[in-house]
Amino acid sequence: MSATPYALAELEDWDGRIREHVVRLGLDCFPQEFELCDHNQMLGYMAYSGMPAHYPHWSYGKAYEKLKTLYDHGVSGLPYEMVINSNPSLAYLMRDNSLCLQILTIAHVYGHNDFFKGNFTFQHTRPEFTLGTFKAHADRLRRYIDTPSIGADKVEAILDAAHALALQSRRNFAIRRLTDAEQRTRAIENASPPHDPFQRIHARQSAQEVDLHKVPLAPDEDLLLFIRDHNPFLADWERDLLTVVYEQSAYFIPQIETKIMNEGWATFFHKRILDALELPQALHLEFLVRHNQVVRPIPGSLNPYHLGLRVWEEIERIGNDPTPEERERLAPGTTGRDLLFESRVCDRDVSFLRRWLTPRLMNEMDLFRYEQRKDDLVISDVADDLGWQRVKETLLARVGMGSIPMIRILDADFAHDRSLLLAHDHDGRDLQLENAEHTLAYAHRLWGRDVFLRTVLDGKPATLAFGDKGFSRDRA
Amino acid sequence: MTPRVESIFRPYVPSDAERSDRSAGDRARHRLKVRESIRENIADIIAEESIIGQDRGRIIKVPIRGIREYRFVYGDNTPGVGQGNGQSEQGQVVGKGEREAGGEPDRAGNQPGADFYETDVTLEELIEIMFEDLELPDLERKALRQIESFRMTKRKGYRPVGIRSRLDKHRTVRERAKRKLAAALRGRMMPAQAPARRFPYHVDDLVYRHITSDVHNESNAVVLCLMDTSGSMDTMKRYLARSFFFLLYQFICTKYRNVEIVFVAHHTEAREVTENEFFHKGESGGTFISSAYAKALEIVQDRYHPSLWNVYAFHCSDGDNFDSDNAQALRTGAALAEVCNLFGYGEIKPLGSRYYESSMLNIFRRLEADNFHTVLIERKEDIWPSFKTFLGKDRGRDA
Repeated sequence: MSATPYALAELEDWDGRIREHVVRLGLDCFPQEFELCDHNQMLGYMAYSGMPAHYPHWSYGKAYEKLKTLYDHGVSGLPYEMVINSNPSLAYLMRDNSLCLQILTIAHVYGHNDFFKGNFTFQHTRPEFTLGTFKAHADRLRRYIDTPSIGADKVEAILDAAHALALQSRRNFAIRRLTDAEQRTRAIENASPPHDPFQRIHARQSAQEVDLHKVPLAPDEDLLLFIRDHNPFLADWERDLLTVVYEQSAYFIPQIETKIMNEGWATFFHKRILDALELPQALHLEFLVRHNQVVRPIPGSLNPYHLGLRVWEEIERIGNDPTPEERERLAPGTTGRDLLFESRVCDRDVSFLRRWLTPRLMNEMDLFRYEQRKDDLVISDVADDLGWQRVKETLLARVGMGSIPMIRILDADFAHDRSLLLAHDHDGRDLQLENAEHTLAYAHRLWGRDVFLRTVLDGKPATLAFGDKGFSRDRA
Repeated sequence: MTPRVESIFRPYVPSDAERSDRSAGDRARHRLKVRESIRENIADIIAEESIIGQDRGRIIKVPIRGIREYRFVYGDNTPGVGQGNGQSEQGQVVGKGEREAGGEPDRAGNQPGADFYETDVTLEELIEIMFEDLELPDLERKALRQIESFRMTKRKGYRPVGIRSRLDKHRTVRERAKRKLAAALRGRMMPAQAPARRFPYHVDDLVYRHITSDVHNESNAVVLCLMDTSGSMDTMKRYLARSFFFLLYQFICTKYRNVEIVFVAHHTEAREVTENEFFHKGESGGTFISSAYAKALEIVQDRYHPSLWNVYAFHCSDGDNFDSDNAQALRTGAALAEVCNLFGYGEIKPLGSRYYESSMLNIFRRLEADNFHTVLIERKEDIWPSFKTFLGKDRGRDA
């Protein structure tokens, strides 16, 4: 600790005081580990999603170069903090930061830590194994690269393809995946006519025939897992790579799904904690500046820190000081604190905003919906009495995993030649064609046979296909 | 029970930080992919950048299509939500398409077109990439060989030190086995010092392959650069011609160590000039193409006899030759082709230049020699393809 104007002991001292408030405010955290690092290490952590060990792939080198270029040219600074959802939770502090920033960061980290531990979306992530799992993945991958019969090029080819499909996965891991037997039972149940109490007066409904040999029985969202389990020509190591990529995205999806809540929650509490710390004036003024930099609204865009913080504050207000109509919907005796912690446990961004982003708040924040007309982005609705619903719908459709198109597997033996039939769940937003073409090419690489994708383009149903002869549109 | 939160601080260890450059491998791999992408787009880069006469160490910015990572994303008809400054109204324009106004940091990568970025490449590196698959074609062995060409791959013995990738595992294992055996023998004599069960590798066991650079001689070669500097060569034409010769010059300097280069500038008469004059001086006057060829023949006769030298001649002109000279040009051209391994003629006719100008391409069509090639350069983008037609390794298949 040469260049820094404060000693490690000083940070530990502040941390002790922060933890008192963390406990007082009712946050429930994993043990926390802080690691001091310099900006080069921070760039490295950022490129590899914060993981101390991560498998190699050129895309991380690309991410690093990009981050470094932006940083070197002063386009973007580095984040003050980086927290990993693990148990114990791991956070990095940049040693070049000022004491005030470190205090702010430490408080902020505890907010994330509590959120990771408490929120339902993270319950499947097994945080005590996070670091070990990533390390094991990295080790396995390096071993494949070192195996003479496999090598770096083959591994890269599979990884490129798997990365393209990595986010085509289940979004809500709290919903259990049905086993094959359960799926079969359900298919049979769905096919038999519903119980009809007026059988005598109705024409008798006959049971539909179910094709129990169809694969998959119900549309499947987990593209990587499905390909892994149903392409018999994949080698074991290829299957393993698909598993690795799938597990990593399953780990990150909850964070994508709760970005706004999570950042808002941490910001909400760092503000509380720092206000309660009674900082010396110099530190306090710097804190106000930094805090406002973090939460300032960005015109024309959406700052998740700002939006999250405003909604959490709104929740607390509803609990403590409800309007008469809001009071009717609350259980008697509910306080703001109750609402905060209930929402922290059982919401993700979509439900969080649906439940708590009130028209009044939207109007106050001046949210608007824009769409592309010719070359311009034009405001189509503003959050007034007429437009707020459309603004909110649009927002809900694109938060979290909503920004990723939903693609499901319908049939693994389409046209009876083991072609793969995918369907895009079209909700008014078309797929970007160039990306779709290349992604289908990757799917084809993994599946080994023709891949079809049903979607809607410009209002008309369309089928995109990628086969041995390349890409085609509307062939089927 | 009072809830508690525990924490621990790990101090910064400078030595750790200096040692760990974890992304180095992935960066190198990415760099390699960028290089491939540059090679594919080299024609555009040459057309756009004025690389002529630049210092080789100069850094130029090359726009590359970032090596894209594709996934399913939404297209243009995706509405978005933004935050205004309090005065947002319907119909207000908030940004341009494609670019997703502002763009949240975590989404930026999803947007098409966002991956377009520039990379810094030194001219040296660019030239190296460019000339990777080019060569002086049909280089023949001639009596007196002078050109040295390098090969780095020659293996020569083994060394106890070296770089990791040249570790000879087989021999290393053998060394260890020997040492183990020796230790066992020693152990039998002095049981007190019997080796422990674990017998790890020692630095002394490591054996590295040694590689030396191998120089061997190839044939002599001379490249004749003939350029029309007459009055009809306007700025644009001269620019194209010089670009072509600049590439040629860089190519030869990069790939061959001892190739001689002769510069000849001509209008109605030809003279041998220095490199500097060739690239930087303009002249005027009429055009007798034959004069250049005669001069070239003269130089070849005097200094580079074809029995000892591989001769390459390249001529750039706008083809606006004085009519009375055409027959003479054809004759001398044929004579030059006879002594050359390759004789290339590039006709420079920028689009939009006067089309009633005469063209030598029609006349040279009558020149029947396998080693004579003509190309038409109409715009900057043509320079690289024409260059490749002359010197590409796969030239044989196209011709």
